[in-house]
Amino acid sequence: MSIAAPEPKANMGQPVPRYDAVAKVTGMAKYAADMPLANPAYAYLVTSAIAKGRIDSFELTEAKNIRGVIDIVTHENAEKLKDVKLFSEGGYMSTTVQPLKSSDVAHDGQIIAVVLADTFEAAREAAHRVKVNYRPATPSTTFDSPGTTSVPAKGQASRFKEDPKVGDFAKAFDEAEVKITASYETPTQHHNPMELFATSCVWNGDNLTIYEPSQYVYGLKNGVAQQLGIDADKVRVINYYVGGAFGSKGSVTPRTAIMASLARRLNRPVKLVPTRDQGFTIATYRAETRHQIQIGANRDGKLVALRHEGAEVSSRPDAYVVGGTKTTTRLYACPNVDSLVSIVHADRNTPGFMRSPPEVPYLFALESAMDELAVKLNMDPIELRRVNDTMKEPIGGKPYTSRSLMACFDEGAKAFGWSQRSAAPQSMAEGDWLIGYGCATTCYPTQMAPAAARVRLQRDGRARVEIAGHEIGNGAYTVIGQAAAEKLGVPFENVSVHIGDSDLPPAPVAGGSNSTASTCSAVMMVCDQIRQRLFRALMPNESVIDKAKETVGMGQTPVTESANSGRPLDREKAFDALGVSVVEEYGEWKPEDAPKDSFRAMQQGQVRIVGGSAMSDKIAYAFGAEFVEVRINKWTHEIRIPRLVGAFAAGHIMNPRTARSQLMGGLIWGMSSALLEATELDPRYGRYVNDNLADYLLPVNADVQDVEVIMLSEQDDHINPAGVKGLGELANVGTNAAVCNAIFHATGQRIRKLPVRLENLEV
Amino acid sequence: MRSFTYQRASDPSAAIQALAMAVASNDPPTEAAAQPLAGGTTLIDLMKLDVMRPRTVVDINPLASTWSAINLDGGNLRLGALARMSDVAANPEIQRNYPVIADSLRLAASPQLRNMATLGGNVLQRTRCTYFRDISYANCNKRDPGSGCAALDGFNRMHAVLGTSEQCIATYPGDFAQALIALDATVEITGKSGVRNIAFAQLHKPPGDTPQIETTLAPGELISAFTVSGRWPRSVYLKARDRQSYEFALSSAAVALDVQDGVISDARVALGGLATVPWRARAAEALIKGQKFDAALALRVADAALAGAQGRRHNAFKVDLGKRVVARALHRAATMEI
Ligand SMILES: Cc1cc2nc3c(=O)[nH]c(=O)nc-3n(C[C@H](O)[C@H](O)[C@H](O)COP(=O)(O)OP(=O)(O)OC[C@H]3O[C@@H](n4cnc5c(N)ncnc54)[C@H](O)[C@@H]3O)c2cc1C
Ligand code: SF4
Repeated sequence: MSIAAPEPKANMGQPVPRYDAVAKVTGMAKYAADMPLANPAYAYLVTSAIAKGRIDSFELTEAKNIRGVIDIVTHENAEKLKDVKLFSEGGYMSTTVQPLKSSDVAHDGQIIAVVLADTFEAAREAAHRVKVNYRPATPSTTFDSPGTTSVPAKGQASRFKEDPKVGDFAKAFDEAEVKITASYETPTQHHNPMELFATSCVWNGDNLTIYEPSQYVYGLKNGVAQQLGIDADKVRVINYYVGGAFGSKGSVTPRTAIMASLARRLNRPVKLVPTRDQGFTIATYRAETRHQIQIGANRDGKLVALRHEGAEVSSRPDAYVVGGTKTTTRLYACPNVDSLVSIVHADRNTPGFMRSPPEVPYLFALESAMDELAVKLNMDPIELRRVNDTMKEPIGGKPYTSRSLMACFDEGAKAFGWSQRSAAPQSMAEGDWLIGYGCATTCYPTQMAPAAARVRLQRDGRARVEIAGHEIGNGAYTVIGQAAAEKLGVPFENVSVHIGDSDLPPAPVAGGSNSTASTCSAVMMVCDQIRQRLFRALMPNESVIDKAKETVGMGQTPVTESANSGRPLDREKAFDALGVSVVEEYGEWKPEDAPKDSFRAMQQGQVRIVGGSAMSDKIAYAFGAEFVEVRINKWTHEIRIPRLVGAFAAGHIMNPRTARSQLMGGLIWGMSSALLEATELDPRYGRYVNDNLADYLLPVNADVQDVEVIMLSEQDDHINPAGVKGLGELANVGTNAAVCNAIFHATGQRIRKLPVRLENLEV
Repeated sequence: MRSFTYQRASDPSAAIQALAMAVASNDPPTEAAAQPLAGGTTLIDLMKLDVMRPRTVVDINPLASTWSAINLDGGNLRLGALARMSDVAANPEIQRNYPVIADSLRLAASPQLRNMATLGGNVLQRTRCTYFRDISYANCNKRDPGSGCAALDGFNRMHAVLGTSEQCIATYPGDFAQALIALDATVEITGKSGVRNIAFAQLHKPPGDTPQIETTLAPGELISAFTVSGRWPRSVYLKARDRQSYEFALSSAAVALDVQDGVISDARVALGGLATVPWRARAAEALIKGQKFDAALALRVADAALAGAQGRRHNAFKVDLGKRVVARALHRAATMEI
């Protein structure tokens, strides 16, 4: 055990090292662009330099003269692919803008031509020599730009079902003893995973293989098949490792089918590795948001009225919305709640999932406002959360399946030394540095989706698990292997895990932090099927419905006490009784509350995620409390974060090592989001300006000093068989507000717009 | 990136010859068809971005055997142009006698870049203006003279507030050059007709109406060394930036003082992150000489250093930040233990 591999507490698995650790640190892990191809043609994208208008003409002679260029494809000669709906509207796509379809340009950096060449260098050089004559129009870039249209999210986006409300907000707010009204803003952000948006396409007769980093191989397979108008069974997506995704690789972007179409045309594999800056416009991003929060409270801190109004930017054609009010209206006890979310359509590419899409912007607003309220009430911010803690969400009165928020605050406060904080702003300093302590609640819905798995157990105790899950750095290989090893009663080393291939049984999108809960629940169920077969072979007369007996002796964590004391099941004997050397089972698992069409949809790459606040009789969230120490230089106003502490409770922790890594990464991301990350828009052109890693700032090692992750023991039997809440997106939610709350404590200045830069401080 | 011919120069005269052959004499050096390659951390980047398009690249690294020495003999300093940033920053003699040089290098870029990058290439690094580095923007006078300047009314948080013109407001991004200009360094230049020396302050040209011309180097000339006379143990480099490391200055100050019996007999102040060229605040220096240091003096000097600064939409904060950085750097230099 070490810091990286914390001692498991109750209801936690072992911190086994990552299944893929050696492959990754030795460079043996093959990412999409590493997959060997026979004589590929290299594609290089030409993207638009205007955000709105038309292409009058291309001048291609100079580019075509570069040695090695095979072809340059534009809307004039590209295959016209089929229109497919947005992923959130029953389709697959990240955007409904179809590049290379017409001369229209709908957003900055839209793909407008593809150069194909024998080498990457020739393709790049030729792309730089393509001349485009545009007829530009004036784009409407963002909030407040003339020409944007604002509409309520409800009725526009089918995933946004309700603006949660309860009681009589207006009256209660009016009569409240203490009131807060404040507006907040969050910026445009891009995921910037290390691995670029690479795609390789290979045809073998009429079978297509796609190598592409994907958080959803079944979605990609089915979406591209629809765009190409071919049978999805002819498409295979292979993707053993994803070099970071954070949501950006979850839905189907237009580039893939274009590459498939070009490979078919050339009758040759095509390989694309777009540039970093192209990644800003050919995939998705976190759109900028605005919020107004109104809180009314009693003198004792009890909330009596809460209203959260949010506005989010989307593209012209698509109504993408994150709508975090479903969380913020239910987080604290409050009898009178109102909310409204609207979408502002601008001339932009369509936004998409980015790590905790709804919670990051919406909780920044609510948790900042809670801190403002605590200041106004002259109350400790932790005590304010305690007064308003609840086991029942206020909108529908549904019970939380479990909720350890205040335990997280208490453990976190102890580790952080919250009691050392002197409450008055600007009261702590050391040398040139002002010091501030801040905290905030973090939470993330517990979600799961249908998944299928195939498991094979050999007489010698070796096992093989197959499921089209995704290793996005989350530890998928490891926890899937652990789930199988525990259930089958074999050592972890005996299990080979096969994921990242759409020829395997379907798993849901690796998004919404549902992966571990969904894939492990499916794998565990299928392992139970195997145990059941073996059990029946040995004890044909015992009732197979008796769960306890089914699990006798094979697992390290038998389901009941009686099983513990029962006869161990001898695996080899069972195999001999069956008269076989291998047992293999396939099974499809779905969560409670999953819709009827779940399994069919699953095969078609359509996720039916359930959980969070959307369940019929309960509500399930993981919680945490985050603590930040900021230091602000009196002279330069530079903002530094020497300490971050997060305490989290998220049900069964499959592996404290991989969980800690996720949570730590989340805290660092949260700090980055609060202080550094913003995509700058040039409103004149509707274009992203800082579209590279030198200008889009991320923290470097020197910015990350002391980060402490505390995992609380929590058991929740009402969510899924694995008891897992999912924590990939839990930790980066509260940090934005915690940082701003700490900045307020250090300076007395309330910053309501992210990111906080040194020029925003007056000290 | 365009295809190019790669040549390796075996010695200085071969390098000069290779560069001269491929150079059309009326191009500014940055546009020349032949470019010397040192660490490549600026040049190769800009070639990949299609901003620089040399047809010939002349690798001068083999000259390192003669051009990378660090020499402190006789009370003066001589730094070979091919010395690596990391080697100079780690040199204990430099750290002791020229902390402003060591720190300006140590606080620049990342360890990997400092291991590759040379001093000669460092002073010639080009602006980080994003409109300059992205050829899809049509308006950039530096890249395409006469095309306009997208940054004037665009996103200009990182841009300059001193030494700007209506044609270009791009910041000179380097740190090391601020130490050199502060210490009155000399540049040794090797060209067709032999070796010449100029004051470092004469090397860079403010944008004026010709932002495409960045230096007074003639095409084909090479920087072979930098020299500084005297020792400057009481000197500091202070750098304010968004993150703790691996980031260009929003504002920086190179300050060197000579204090005799509590009186400042000589003072040097240079500013980074604020100006279009390495920037010496001579008027501010004049206020210090012959004075005793105190906080009020630091503020007056800081005001003078930023006199005439012109902020724009996103970079207006730099004027005030620059003053605070200068004041703090002066304080540090005045109070440091030597
Ligand atoms: C991400 C990033 C962050 C950075 N951060 C910083 C920072 O914080 N502070 C900072 O100061 N710098 C920073 N830099 C810039 C870096 O220091 C320079 O790129 C580097 O010093 C250039 O040196 P080089 O030897 O690699 O030059 P090269 O790229 O080889 O050359 C640069 C230019 O000078 C010419 N040249 C090179 N040597 C000579 C010579 N002897 N005579 C004549 N011409 C020559 C070349 O032809 C070329 O045009 C950063 C760079 C990057 C990429
Ligand atoms: S500031 Fe200079 S480099 Fe930047 S766009 Fe304007 S002219 Fe070009």
